[in-house]
Amino acid sequence: MQRHDFGYFIHEGVSNLFSHGFMSFAAIGITVACLLIMGTFTLVAYNAEMLLRTLESEYEILAFVDDGCNEAQTKAVGEAIARLDNVKSVEFITREEAMEAFEERNLDEYMRRNILPEMFRDRYAVYVNDLNQVKQTAAAVEAVEGIGEGNVRVDEDIAGGFILVRDVASAVSLALIAILLVVSVFIISNTIRLTTFDRRDEIAIMKMVGATNGFIRWPFVYEGFLLGLLSSLIAFGLQWLVYASVAKGIEAADTLQFLSTVPFSQIWKPVAASFGAAGIIIGVGGSLTAIRKFLQV
Amino acid sequence: MEMEKEGGARVIRLKDVEKEYENGTYALRGITLTIEDGEFVFLVGPSGSGKSTIIKLLTGEILPTSGRVVVNGFSLTKISDRQIPLLRRSIGVIFQDFRLIEKKTVYENLSFAMRAVGASPRTIKNRIPYVLKLVGLEEKADQYPYELSGGEQQRVGIARALVNNPITIIADEPTANVDPARSLEIMRLLNRINELGTTVVVVTHERDLVNRFHKRVVLLEDGLITGDGIGYDAK
Repeated sequence: MQRHDFGYFIHEGVSNLFSHGFMSFAAIGITVACLLIMGTFTLVAYNAEMLLRTLESEYEILAFVDDGCNEAQTKAVGEAIARLDNVKSVEFITREEAMEAFEERNLDEYMRRNILPEMFRDRYAVYVNDLNQVKQTAAAVEAVEGIGEGNVRVDEDIAGGFILVRDVASAVSLALIAILLVVSVFIISNTIRLTTFDRRDEIAIMKMVGATNGFIRWPFVYEGFLLGLLSSLIAFGLQWLVYASVAKGIEAADTLQFLSTVPFSQIWKPVAASFGAAGIIIGVGGSLTAIRKFLQV
Repeated sequence: MEMEKEGGARVIRLKDVEKEYENGTYALRGITLTIEDGEFVFLVGPSGSGKSTIIKLLTGEILPTSGRVVVNGFSLTKISDRQIPLLRRSIGVIFQDFRLIEKKTVYENLSFAMRAVGASPRTIKNRIPYVLKLVGLEEKADQYPYELSGGEQQRVGIARALVNNPITIIADEPTANVDPARSLEIMRLLNRINELGTTVVVVTHERDLVNRFHKRVVLLEDGLITGDGIGYDAK
C-alpha cells in the first residue's frame, strides 16, 4: 500500500461514515448499548471478586484453645494449625485481648462491668487462602489436639454468599460478552452492508477496472474501525458516569455499608483498553463480514 | 503474470470454447476465434446468440466449461483470483447503460477508475485532461452525468475505459442508449482509439452502423460462429 492510497482510504472511510449519517448513528447507538451492558456486568463481576478477596483476607476461623493447655501446648497448637492446608496465617489472641475487643464492640456499660477475662478463652484467628475450602479447613482445625470438637467458630454462610455472587456475575458477564459480541458484529455488519448496498455500482466499477479486493475493502475497514472507536469512546464515557453514580449510591446507602466498590480512577485504563479493543473488533469484524459478499463479482 | 506462449501478450484467443450455465443453458457451443493486436472487430448476432457470454469470459466474470481462453497473455482456464484484477487492467469495458457514478463529476468518475488501480494523484492529474480531450469533453470535466446528453455520457464511459491505458477496449452495445446521430460519433471515436493502437471489440446489432465501417465482423448465432469477414452484409 502506498502513502497516497492510505490517505484515500481514510478519506473514503470518513466520508462514508458521514454520507450515511443515520445508519452510522444507529450502528454507534447499538454498539454503545452492547458495550455498556458488557462493561457493566464485567465491572460487577470484578467488584464481587475484589470484595471476595477482601473478605478472604479478613475472614477468620476462630479456634478456641482448651483451657487445660499450658503455654507450650498452646504454642504447639498454633504451630499445628499453621501447618494445615489452606491456612495462610495464624494469629494468637489472649483472653484479655479478646475481652478488650469485645468491649470495643459492645458499649453497654452494664455488660462491661460484669465481664471478666475468665469468661473468655485464648484463641487462634486462622486466615485462609481459599474461601471455597473453609468448611474442610475448619474441620481440620477442629481435629488439632488442644482445640477439640465444637471449639471452632466459622461463618460459612457469608463466605458462600460472596462466592455465589462472584461466580454468577463472572458467568453472566462471560456469557453476555460472547453473545453481545456476536450480536454487535452482526448489527454493524448489516449496517455496513446497507451502506455497501448503496455503493454496489461503485464496487462493481472498481472490480471491472481491475481494483484488487484489498483496495476495495480498506475504506470499509476504516469506516468500521471509526464506528467501533467512536462507539467505544462514547460507551466508556457513559460507563464512567454510570459506575461513579452507582458507587456513590452504594456509599451513601446505610444498608449497603458492607459493600465497597473499586474507585473508577483505579480501573479506567483497563476499562478504556477493553472498550477500545472490543469496539474496534466489532467495527472491523462487521465491515469485513459485510463486504465479503459484494466482492464476489 | 502468466504469459501464454501461443499468441503473445496482446492477443485474444478462444479455442473450442463451450459454456454451459448452471441452469443447463448452453451459451457457447465450441467457439474458436482469434483477435490480433490492434484489430477492430464487430461481434454481431441476435439476442441469446452468446455475445454477452463472450464478454463475460473475456473480462474474467465467468470461466469456460471447456476449451481455452487467452486474453492479453492471461490464460483464463488457469487464472488465479489474484490475477483477475491484472487481467481487467489490460481491458477497458464500455457498457450500454454507461454505468457512471451519478454523484461524481466527469473528472471524478475518471479519477475514481484510476484511483481504483492505485494511480498516484500526479498521474491522475496528467492523464485525465489528455483522455477528456481525446473524447471531446475537456469542457465538461466539472459536470455531473445527469447534466450530460446520452452521447456525452457514453463518451465519459469511453474515457473511463481508456483512462488506465488498456490493451483492449470491449464495448457492449455502446450505442444502444444513444440517438442515431450520436451513435455514429461514438463509433468514429472508437475507430479513432483503434487507430491509436488499442484493440477494439464492439458488440452490437446495428447493421447500418456496422456497414459504415469497413471492419471485421464476427457473426454469432445460437452459440456458434456462423460468419467471419469484412462488413456485416458479407455474412
